[in-house]
Amino acid sequence: MKGSRLRAALTPYVLILPGGLWLAIFFVVPMIVMLSLSLHSGNITDGFVFTWNWRSYLDGIANYHDQMIRSIGYGLAATIITIVVGFPVAYWIAFHGGRRKNMYLLLLLMPFLVSFVLRTISWQFFLADDGILLGPLKRIGLLPDDFHILATGTAVVLGLAYNFLPFMVLPIYVALERIDPRLLEAAADLYAGRLQTFLRVVLPLSLPGVFAGVLMTFVPACSDYVNASILGGASNTMIGNVIQNQYLVAQDYPVAAALSFTLMAVLLLGIFLYARALGSEEVLEVTVR
Amino acid sequence: MNTLEQAAAGTTARRRPRRRGAFFRGRLLHIWTWLVITWLFLPIAVMILFGFNDTRGRYNQTWQGFTLRWYAELFAIDDLTVALVNSLLIALLTMLIAGVLGTLIGLALGRYRFRGSGLMKLVMFAAISCAEIIMGASLLSMFVTLAVPLGFWTTVIAHVMFSVSFVAVTVRARVMVVDRSLEEAARDLGASGWETFRLVTFPMIFPGVLAGSLLAFALSIDDFVITNFVSGGTVTFPLWIYGATRVGIPPQVNVMGTLIFGVGVLIAVLNAFGGRRR
Repeated sequence: MKGSRLRAALTPYVLILPGGLWLAIFFVVPMIVMLSLSLHSGNITDGFVFTWNWRSYLDGIANYHDQMIRSIGYGLAATIITIVVGFPVAYWIAFHGGRRKNMYLLLLLMPFLVSFVLRTISWQFFLADDGILLGPLKRIGLLPDDFHILATGTAVVLGLAYNFLPFMVLPIYVALERIDPRLLEAAADLYAGRLQTFLRVVLPLSLPGVFAGVLMTFVPACSDYVNASILGGASNTMIGNVIQNQYLVAQDYPVAAALSFTLMAVLLLGIFLYARALGSEEVLEVTVR
Repeated sequence: MNTLEQAAAGTTARRRPRRRGAFFRGRLLHIWTWLVITWLFLPIAVMILFGFNDTRGRYNQTWQGFTLRWYAELFAIDDLTVALVNSLLIALLTMLIAGVLGTLIGLALGRYRFRGSGLMKLVMFAAISCAEIIMGASLLSMFVTLAVPLGFWTTVIAHVMFSVSFVAVTVRARVMVVDRSLEEAARDLGASGWETFRLVTFPMIFPGVLAGSLLAFALSIDDFVITNFVSGGTVTFPLWIYGATRVGIPPQVNVMGTLIFGVGVLIAVLNAFGGRRR
């Protein structure tokens, strides 16, 4: 009896062991290694030594603060666009989708069966200076010849908003869908107008969804470099482009690691402040669900 | 005096089938939803269309007539084919490994209360919400430090790492809604622990396992950022396309994208219909 109770107590640990180890070795440990690497000094030919070298952080911030600020700006803009575009969609599907709810959700998700890179390239193709959208408009004289969308910040932000829209719509939809219709009836019974009902009942109840959506959109949007390098130009590079370049081309690992850590710290700080401001608890539960 | 009348009028007015306001009621929102769906499908439509373009030379930019040539010459570009095969192999391996590991975690978290489950959930939450570039950069940092040769297997390792949490979350959600009394009944009828799992528990959680594994496959085959960091000389489908941006995307890429899209839609639709029958 005692043996079987011990076995029962050990079972969950045996179950999580392989996956937990995998996450520990390939997710948690690398973070620590990266932190240590950011404090190394040296170069790729002579090798790197750990020296508590904080210079990499200062150099990284001094040389690339433009890209860092631009990333946050683009990420914020893209997040706001996804809320503005996505909230009404989530609202309509949740309250008016009827029996077709799943069909609409499927339609929203379907485009994302096409590879992220391919979708972005398709936008590049669509928005090209002489492409299928701008070409004809220029030929009939609606737009000046030198008009372009590609290689602007607008193109990058729109690309980010496009690529991360479902991460905003789905959590908001889940939150709205969970609202008890009796609450809306109660609001109406208590003489709340439609706008009042929306502002005082629906909106507050949707906030956990918005919170999860912002988390799932803002973080990848800020750290993306695919949109910036395909849709943007030399003056629209984001911090992701810099990190990628430092790691894979320049191979200045300490600076690259320091920049990655700075980005992570900025994102974590942003999320923390946002969570405090919203007073949203159980972030974990909302997102993991 | 008026308040009573107003109240009476109000109640009768409001007791009618409830409408949520001209704006919220839907016309406009319905149109908006379809506009957004159109926006989402626009690049997909362009991609599919230009897979049928009878283009000459390296640039597939202007419409030059309809052809099925690219479907016939789908595998004419050797390194593109290799990249696609790599992607499929990596996604398959990821699906299997992350499927098993994630299912075990999902079972543990959905079924048992134990010390450390909070920590496990925290790590999973961190892995799900962590920026891809940070995961890629930190993994590369470790591989570089330990002088691990980059390639196919480092890519598989990375893909399992970032998709295992998604499988675990999906399976856990399923485990939590499964009726435990069926398992107890199986035990009462003399089934051993393993038999109960194989014949009762696993079939019941299988939809979650399947959904989680397919998610892992989809995440893996689409991944660009982390793969870009840890794949070394191994080229996957997204990496190949990204590399070809500057020199022009051949129409075969459009065709492959179209076919992957088609298979995905087919699975999604079958799944939706299957779900309705259940």
